[in-house]
Amino acid sequence: MAGMFIICLNGDREHLQFAAMAASVAAVSGTDVQVFLSMNAFPHFIKGHSKQAPVSGVLGKKMEEHKVPEFFNIFEQAVELGDAKIWACSMAMDVMGVKEDELEPIVAGAMGLTKFFSDAEGGQILTF
Amino acid sequence: MAERTVDARGSFCPGPLMELIANMKSMQVGDTLELLSTDAGSAKDVPEWVHKVGHEMVDTNQDSEGTFHIRVRKAK
Repeated sequence: MAGMFIICLNGDREHLQFAAMAASVAAVSGTDVQVFLSMNAFPHFIKGHSKQAPVSGVLGKKMEEHKVPEFFNIFEQAVELGDAKIWACSMAMDVMGVKEDELEPIVAGAMGLTKFFSDAEGGQILTF
Repeated sequence: MAERTVDARGSFCPGPLMELIANMKSMQVGDTLELLSTDAGSAKDVPEWVHKVGHEMVDTNQDSEGTFHIRVRKAK
């Protein structure tokens, strides 16, 4: 399957922001986009968890000062306007003890890494 | 044909493009949208997106206050 496959691992604002930007712009431009959430990026997509990711540097601080839209809103646009698919790492869900119904609605469901890499064969993989 | 103005001034990339797309979804073929943006990237990104997905650029200009006026016609 061709397309763009984005792996989100880092839970800071800067990484999540750019991952969301890449996902949304590619998705609305006709590219099939799939996002895989794991490690510290994953908890932000659990219902009730803060959507305000911690900043790690000057760009993140400036984004906060300028009230740049939160990464989560941009991922929502990627799904709503571009039909991007966001998947939660099944390992991360197991470690956190999170069930599918505890995930934010923009997450399509649980996904294993093997299936994600299989789907990504021949496509472009970006890791944040 | 209807015309619509979307004021995305102050919005950062990719906000203006997303606002344009969200509005175009509810427009009819042949309708025109004018996007107001202070994001310099939008002046290049919006035409690129328009050409890629098959809509039509009408024109782009920048007023004396630095706001870009990007006019797009929905073609499909």
